[in-house]
Amino acid sequence: MVNGKRVLIIIPALNESGSIADVVGEVRGELPGVDVLVVDDGSTDRTAAVAAAAGARVAKLPYNLGVGGAMRLGYRYARDNDYDVAIQIDADGQHDPRYVPKLVDLLDDNDLVIGARFAGEGDYSVRGPRRWAMVMLSGVLSRVAKTRLTDTTSGFRAANRRVIEMFAGWYPAEYLGDTVETLVHTARRGYRIRQVPVAMRKRMAGTPSHSPAKAMIYLGRAFAVLTLALIRR
Amino acid sequence: MKLTLVTGLTGLILLATIVELLRRRQLREKYGMLWLGVLVIVIPLSLFPRLLDNVAGFFGVVSGVSLVLFLGIVFLLLVCVHLSWEVSALEEETRTLAEDFALLRAQIDAERAARLAQDAQLTAANRDELVSHDG
Ligand SMILES: Nc1nc2c(ncn2[C@@H]2O[C@H](COP(=O)(O)OP(=O)(O)OP(=O)(O)O)[C@@H](O)[C@H]2O)c(=O)[nH]1
Ligand SMILES: [Mg+2]
Repeated sequence: MVNGKRVLIIIPALNESGSIADVVGEVRGELPGVDVLVVDDGSTDRTAAVAAAAGARVAKLPYNLGVGGAMRLGYRYARDNDYDVAIQIDADGQHDPRYVPKLVDLLDDNDLVIGARFAGEGDYSVRGPRRWAMVMLSGVLSRVAKTRLTDTTSGFRAANRRVIEMFAGWYPAEYLGDTVETLVHTARRGYRIRQVPVAMRKRMAGTPSHSPAKAMIYLGRAFAVLTLALIRR
Repeated sequence: MKLTLVTGLTGLILLATIVELLRRRQLREKYGMLWLGVLVIVIPLSLFPRLLDNVAGFFGVVSGVSLVLFLGIVFLLLVCVHLSWEVSALEEETRTLAEDFALLRAQIDAERAARLAQDAQLTAANRDELVSHDG
């Protein structure tokens, strides 16, 4: 329980056995009374076992579906088990669970709350094409959502019942679909989106998924995904 | 004459392949019928390539063979698009199945854990009882 609400923390994880125990432990330590669901997305290491030993509930997918696939599973679990709030947190320890109560508070007046870097708190910086992509995404999405969004690809988000219900039935599994397209979809359906500044930490273990060489491709794909999302119903 | 032999034979081999696949139930009927239909049109054409010259002339195409090539490519493109569409639908279906499966497994794991905990409690209680009887 956080502020009288039943809260589920959903952690999508792919080969994160190095950090998942600490992340689960930290969440349970900082937020007593919340449930943690780790969605192991076809990991080849001991992610599922480590997470279960750390006290999380574990849903193990038979093969890799991507973050979007893992998250729809999480939202289905949240809906089926009657949670008021579902919060997505990364398995690499970059998100600080101490921000969770703040996100939950903001859900009183909003449907989807995003924990955003670059919004004043912390010192996370990005340069080059990756930065241009982020500027483009936040510019367009801020307009669509009619609120200031600076970190549209953040994987730190809190959803209330209405959004859980929607995401349980519809959540894209494609590249960037889990972040960019869901924002367009959610905003278009009249849900209120808000961001709160959060400080991001360095990942605890494992390798980051993006290399500088991929930044240019990322820009192109981000543009394509955004355009598609905007012309879809 | 030689060319007619090659094209005609190719058509017949394709026909035999499709029929055999259908017979072994390795091809869904809707696809089998599609290809059979195509072959029914293609085999006469392969034997008598001039068959479509009149139609081609009507559309301003010089030879019937060009017309067949053009239509064939358009048709193959459409089939490819259709198959991509089917694959997308299949991926969505397998995704849902994978999710269902993971949810069920999580539920079973939770139930088993609960049962184990209960068993452990019971044995602990029994042991306590025994100890108190002894004493
Ligand atoms: N379910 C699932 N989770 C994934 C997959 N790939 C990455 N993740 C998880 O998604 C979260 C974010 O992944 P990261 O690789 O940290 O991506 P990021 O935070 O955008 O980028 P960096 O941390 O800067 O590399 C982590 O919890 C990963 O374990 C995947 O294919 N499936
Ligand atoms: Mg990360």
